Amino acid sequence: MKSKFQPDENGYFGQFGGAFIPELLHPNVKELADNYIQIIESEEFQTEYKSLLKDYVGRPTPLYLAKRLSEKYGATIYLKREDLNHTGAHKVNNTIGQILIAKKLGKTKILAETGAGQHGVATATVCALMGLDCTVFMGEKDIVRQAPNVARMKMLGAKVVAATSGSKTLKDATNEAIRYWIQHPETFYLIGSVVGPAPHPDMVARLQAIISEEMKWQLKEKTGKENPDTIIACVGGGSNAAGAFYHYLDDDNVELIAVEAAGLGVNSGESAATSQLGEVGIIHGSKTILMQDEYGQIVEPYSISAGLDYPGVGPLHAFLYESKRAKFMNATDKEALAAAYELTKIEGIIPALETAHALAVLPKIKFKKDQVVVINLSGRGDKDLETFIQHLED
Amino acid sequence: MNSIQQLFQKKDKNLLSIYFTCGYPKLEDTSKVISALEKSNVDFIEVGLPYSDPLADGPTIQDSSQKALENGINLDIIFDQLMTIKQTNKTPLVLMGYLNQMLKYGEEKFCQKVVECGIDTLILPDLPMVEFENHYKKLFDKYGLTNVFLITPHTSEERIRKIDSYSKAFIYVVASASITGAKGDISNNQVAYFERIKAMNLKSKLIIGFGISDKQTFNTACKYANGTIIGSAFIKYLGKNGIDKIDDFIKPIIS
Repeated sequence: MKSKFQPDENGYFGQFGGAFIPELLHPNVKELADNYIQIIESEEFQTEYKSLLKDYVGRPTPLYLAKRLSEKYGATIYLKREDLNHTGAHKVNNTIGQILIAKKLGKTKILAETGAGQHGVATATVCALMGLDCTVFMGEKDIVRQAPNVARMKMLGAKVVAATSGSKTLKDATNEAIRYWIQHPETFYLIGSVVGPAPHPDMVARLQAIISEEMKWQLKEKTGKENPDTIIACVGGGSNAAGAFYHYLDDDNVELIAVEAAGLGVNSGESAATSQLGEVGIIHGSKTILMQDEYGQIVEPYSISAGLDYPGVGPLHAFLYESKRAKFMNATDKEALAAAYELTKIEGIIPALETAHALAVLPKIKFKKDQVVVINLSGRGDKDLETFIQHLED
Repeated sequence: MNSIQQLFQKKDKNLLSIYFTCGYPKLEDTSKVISALEKSNVDFIEVGLPYSDPLADGPTIQDSSQKALENGINLDIIFDQLMTIKQTNKTPLVLMGYLNQMLKYGEEKFCQKVVECGIDTLILPDLPMVEFENHYKKLFDKYGLTNVFLITPHTSEERIRKIDSYSKAFIYVVASASITGAKGDISNNQVAYFERIKAMNLKSKLIIGFGISDKQTFNTACKYANGTIIGSAFIKYLGKNGIDKIDDFIKPIIS
């Protein structure tokens, strides 16, 4: 039986998804939609993808029992160490997969958007690896707050273009990337999250699914059971959460918790908690939940974390929210910073600001003794050091 | 019969349509711009609904939309403005906006309002054909509204034929692989594309847009289609000269 969490033939998860794109992008999107599943499921792709993930990225990533964190919160907490991937986050799982798809489709020019710069770096990295031309759009505001990643992308040979429209963050970088794509239809749009027109959300989810695929056998090894009680992941567009949830979506016994960025507070007017503040609408070619005013104008979100500073959420997550399959929680800037300092101090791991949001809900949950919890530690915090240092005294 | 079809019965060559952004340069300029365009003998007018994230638009229309939104424009004000101008205006209006604006306003309510304003033709650049077929065709038929489809140099012949069968007003021929905005002269590649479309002998009338900016590009495009739409060049002109000298922009193009 087909899972209800798989998209239908038009790319819909329930009422969410679809491909709301200008006519000019139709041939590109159709080419991808007609081919992506066949490519991903081919032996040739799987062999190359898995081999690069192993030898180049460093997978499988460890599933680490965080003893001191567990003790503090009265549960058995495992960290899925996506921060130990090459380039420092889960993003590379997707870029390795998509670059192989792009090559299979004969594309030589790669286009990407980036928020925190992690996807931009992961894209620039695989482009360097494959010798392909790389253009990355990044919001002007994010270029300033994630400077180390901008430098890395440039060193890797990517052209970084500042998105100067709107809020000058991830939303606008994505707008500019799509506009560039319209004007350069020969390019392959290597999208960074489970967002955008179908089939992009499903393609990215399939490529990130390696996270939960590994979790299954790692948990079995460590606990005797494939399934944890709870999985926690942060959600901007939602790619790391999609990967961490993927193989557990149909198992209702596994509680899924998605954590959004509340910024200065959900109702402060400075927030990115899309599920709490959004309504059904269309953004970046997909029908989903998005933050908008009464006339459908998209509202500028806010979060200290550039990777979560996004007014929408992928259509799969909109469906998980609406169907109540996942529980949506949120964490403020302050709570995320505190969680980052805590993990650093008691486990010796500096998480990315995005990831810190997932950790920040631990004090808000009442755990049962022996509850097995996996937190997807999506990225490392090197890129955020400046922000962490700035707030150290708060 | 659709208002643009009626227009084609009277005139089917060298049509000039002008796009403008509602509430730009000033909030109250919507009806003034329409009146001025009518006085200048523009054949039909594309009324742009300012949107925060207009994916198909270049910097000029993006900027005018942002300015209009800062001026406080919204759909309710626009419908009020259009109701007022309806009393005097005889030039057909075509509404151009993004799907999310209609979705959030309420699809039925939106269609109702459009009809009340005397408008029967819509351009929604992010409404794909499959969504039209599955849902919107029925909705638009119910209100007597016509959707204008865009075709581009990359649209397949099979798809163009299908679009032709759905089109009741005209087919919007996007001049190049691009977002809106002036690009100077029309290239040989573009001419070859226009000739290819013309040779398909479609039942629908053809209007070329995106990158048409002046008399020269207007004349060239009109050789291959029934008319053209000028948008960004006009918005740029408004930004520089305000709304008092609109005739000075139009006259040199159609004279």
